[in-house]
Amino acid sequence: MFAAAIFLPLLGAIVAGFFGRWIGDRGAQIVTCAGLLASMVLGWFILYSVGFRGEARTVELFTWISSGAFEVSWALRFDTLTAVMVFVVTTVSAMVHVYSVGYMSHDHSIPRFMSYLSIFTFFMLMLVTADNFVQMFFGWEGVGVASYLLIGFWFDRPSANAAAMKAFIVNRVGDFGFALGIMAIFFLFGTVSFDAVFAAAPQMAGKNFEFLGMQVDALTTACILLFIGAMGKSAQLGLHTWLPDAMEGPTPVSALIHAATMVTAGVFMLCRLSPVFEYAPTALALVTVVGATTAIFAATVGLTQFDIKRVIAYSTCSQLGYMFFAIGVSAYQAAIFHLMTHAFFKALLFLGAGSVIHAMSDEQDMRRMGGIWRLIPTTYAMMWIGSLALAGLPFFAGFYSKDIILEAAYGAHSGVGQYAFWLGIVAALLTAFYSWRLLFLTFHGRPRANEKVMAHVHESPLVMIVPLAVLALGAVFSGWLAYEAFVGHDYKEFWGASIFIGAHHEPLEAAHHVPGWVKLLPIVVAVAGIALAWVAYIAVPDLPARAAAAFRPVHQFFFNKWYFDELYDRLFVRPSFYLGRGLWKTGDGALIDGVGPDGVAAATRLLSIRASRLQSGYVYHYAFAMLIGVVVLVSWYLYVRI
Amino acid sequence: MSGLPILSLVTFLPLVGAALIFVVRGDAETVARNARNVALWTTAITFLLSLLLWIDFEPGQPGFQFVEKAAWIPDFNITYHLGVDGISLFFVLLSTFLTPICILSSWVAVQKRVKEYMISFLVLETMMVGMFSSLDFVMFYIFFEAVLIPMFLIIGVWGGARRVYAAFKFFLYTLLGSVLMLLGILVIYFQIGSTDIPTAMAFAFTRDMQIWLWLAFFASFAVKVPMWPVHTWLPDAHVEAPTAGSVILAGVLLKMGAYGFLRFSLPMFPEASVYFAPFVYTLSVVAIVYTSLVALAQEDMKKLIAYSSVAHMGYVTLGIFTFTQQGLEGAIFQMLSHGIVSGALFLCVGVVYDRLHTREIARYGGLVHRMPKYAVIFMLFMMASVGLPGTSGFVGEFLILVGAFRANTWVAFLATSGLVLGCTYMLFLYRRVIFGRLTRDDLKTMLDLDRREVAIFVPLVVLVLWMGIYPSSFLDPMALPVGQLVDRLKLAEAAGQAIFLAQH
Repeated sequence: MFAAAIFLPLLGAIVAGFFGRWIGDRGAQIVTCAGLLASMVLGWFILYSVGFRGEARTVELFTWISSGAFEVSWALRFDTLTAVMVFVVTTVSAMVHVYSVGYMSHDHSIPRFMSYLSIFTFFMLMLVTADNFVQMFFGWEGVGVASYLLIGFWFDRPSANAAAMKAFIVNRVGDFGFALGIMAIFFLFGTVSFDAVFAAAPQMAGKNFEFLGMQVDALTTACILLFIGAMGKSAQLGLHTWLPDAMEGPTPVSALIHAATMVTAGVFMLCRLSPVFEYAPTALALVTVVGATTAIFAATVGLTQFDIKRVIAYSTCSQLGYMFFAIGVSAYQAAIFHLMTHAFFKALLFLGAGSVIHAMSDEQDMRRMGGIWRLIPTTYAMMWIGSLALAGLPFFAGFYSKDIILEAAYGAHSGVGQYAFWLGIVAALLTAFYSWRLLFLTFHGRPRANEKVMAHVHESPLVMIVPLAVLALGAVFSGWLAYEAFVGHDYKEFWGASIFIGAHHEPLEAAHHVPGWVKLLPIVVAVAGIALAWVAYIAVPDLPARAAAAFRPVHQFFFNKWYFDELYDRLFVRPSFYLGRGLWKTGDGALIDGVGPDGVAAATRLLSIRASRLQSGYVYHYAFAMLIGVVVLVSWYLYVRI
Repeated sequence: MSGLPILSLVTFLPLVGAALIFVVRGDAETVARNARNVALWTTAITFLLSLLLWIDFEPGQPGFQFVEKAAWIPDFNITYHLGVDGISLFFVLLSTFLTPICILSSWVAVQKRVKEYMISFLVLETMMVGMFSSLDFVMFYIFFEAVLIPMFLIIGVWGGARRVYAAFKFFLYTLLGSVLMLLGILVIYFQIGSTDIPTAMAFAFTRDMQIWLWLAFFASFAVKVPMWPVHTWLPDAHVEAPTAGSVILAGVLLKMGAYGFLRFSLPMFPEASVYFAPFVYTLSVVAIVYTSLVALAQEDMKKLIAYSSVAHMGYVTLGIFTFTQQGLEGAIFQMLSHGIVSGALFLCVGVVYDRLHTREIARYGGLVHRMPKYAVIFMLFMMASVGLPGTSGFVGEFLILVGAFRANTWVAFLATSGLVLGCTYMLFLYRRVIFGRLTRDDLKTMLDLDRREVAIFVPLVVLVLWMGIYPSSFLDPMALPVGQLVDRLKLAEAAGQAIFLAQH
């Protein structure tokens, strides 16, 4: 039954993908949705069984790779951490599947789309149930391919193809780190199975090994390499450039893959590896700094964007930063807690945005929206719920999870903890501001779309609204319901052995004992952010333009996403092509071939031409040559031999 | 084990088929039809026979199996000696598996001199199988060199516009190395008084002797692999070769060099191998990075895949010289996987080449609209080529890297960067050919894969997934011989260190 939850989506994907032509659009939708809904029910059961009744288990399937000491099995590991992830993935995925039935109803390749969604879900589930590094890598790469296929789903569009490629390649840069990390782990521990590595991690603490000619701390190096993998998948600063472009994919994809599940794989990975990371404090400090910097970076960019989906994408990037710095201060439970609540409210926001786009005849630019809240009230309400949860207003889901993260950062009482806390507070202000900027620009003010579009604005069908409502329930209640189990009094029983915290500290205890103002500050800045957005976009609508003009360099810097794309283009993309062409034409063509085969052939030809000239056919030529020969021979005998 | 001389049968059955085709008479149409049918049946039966080798193979038993030995030229102690171990077994299978696929893929594409074409392929198969199963230097050398002749003809007669240039380049490059190997074989013969390979594998050559012999063999094998910088014959040969020629070239012929390292260089000259390992690492890493970058700039589909082959073979040579169980097994596995995947990719190019008669990437685009089946299959092999877990490409590449990390972290670091470059050029190719808008008129009328083409690809697809999901079927038989090889090299490493210490 545990295995069925994982393999039902695969079955659905195969049926819809390969037999889509026979079973038709409707058939493909039914098969995949049924598979996912069944899987979702099983996922809930798994969470209940493993998380609340403590029945963790591992389902062994069969051997995968066995080469000397390098042994890898296909196995499904179910502990609390996995159970939470299975719950989140199957639930959000099932909702997105149902939503897609409505959203994609006008598309020409419905079976292909449904099949991709299901295959993605399968890979994601393989990732979270992995019981060794290599199987995790399997799921990791699998979701990457599914994401590639879904971003490029509309393969007519050059921009979609470019975005799909970019996502895959940037992720591969992360995987480069991940793969090296796995190799380092195998080199150090002689195994890649989680249990064996976790058991041996304490003995490995503080040991050195040689890496790239330097003596480095073993666990720190391995953890940093693995973290590079996590940065790629979770779009952290430096490897984030693919995520905003990934919005080229259909909106349900953005909700499922680029908000709720796949991008959180990095967070999951680090939590899964908590028994190793706990012995690598330097790596954790790095995680904190990168996470906090990403949180603020993405929020500043999110302030200035006009594409509704890109704003939410940068928001995702920023929220992932929160999860990472939570991990950096060892509050893994808080990170997973935020992962779960974020999955609900961010999927809700994306699907809500999809509903808006659907209503606005595929318009995504907020400058051409406005004044539509009366026309699509349900969507409007959903977007409010999502935004309230995102901004962390009291009693919505994000309130509980974001607060515990900020408290944990403060409670860590370390330099990087303080850095994360203050950046997190500023990012919270910006979050609230850009969320309401989005709400006001999209729904309020005077309509800026043309009349034809406005006349066509309509509320989405029920098949799209119901999933929104389910996710809205999660966005409202999941924080309140799960608080005690995830990070409150019962957290130790709930998580069991799935998350390991070093004996020297108790981050969650510390988080509960921070001063009162630390707990209050996030709410204050959230309200301030909303108020500021109201002033800027409702009360004094020309304020943003004036502010942008006044702080033009800063605004340009934010608007152009800190110029990362341009930098990478100059630094990596163009030089690679340039170098490739140069090596081909000069290296292979001129040097190797020129000196090698072509050169030898040319030299031979030249020699043979010279030689053939000697054979002139004239007797006196030959006679002359013979005479010279005789002279040389005689001279040699006379002078040299003596 | 049955009393049938299975190896001899597998080796020489194609030659019987070739003789049958040779005597076919009649009008051109009948001859062509009969030649095709005879070739297909012969190769299919050969493949089925070769499966017996795999079924009857005993993984736990050390040494060679299915051994056949008979006196051949007793005066010089030269014998007819065949046999396979867990390493060569799969190369024999790879050869017998790919040949029928090649025959089937040339069914329509080749219309001129069909009889001669089919004879060439059958002779080629005999040479390849014979080469992988010979246990006598003279036999090995004959097969090793004779392989070139049918391949030379296939490129030179049925190739593209610059086929003569390509054929000569191919021939000259590979022949030059072989001369040195012949000298090496003569030296070995005068040392041990026999041309028996297992005897030579057990013989302990002196260190200086090993170094000279290693270099002599290296000259031949490095060209065949091909290693950087003697790789430039490969892109030209591929571009001009007909599709099936490319499949065999990439699938089997490129494996001959690396097979040579495994069969000769490592077991016979272990100390020299250890001594030269850093040199091979350097060439391999340069091959991986350099050719990946070059592949990025290609405008011809076949050239791109040819350069990617050089990069993939760079992983293979790297894995072999890590002297670890993972590295060696990974290298063998990578060779098998590359044989299937690059063969399949060349077939993919062949499919569109048959329809449009150009390999220029810019002439294509948006094929997915008209050819969805083709797009799916191409996608699968592309992903296998970039080493996606779950496909055959991952297992070999990852094992090699794991082995390399143990040997040297810099090497592993640089080789792993191929992960990024490799996916870049493949995705870039796929995007330009398959995705995008369908604008050209001649592309709009292209037909998707027909039944024959699907039949060609299905076994390849099955194998790629099988090798990716359950590689144990392939890794288990090779574990023992590889383990023995690793043990032998460990001793040599220790000996090398002792010398190093004595000198300092």
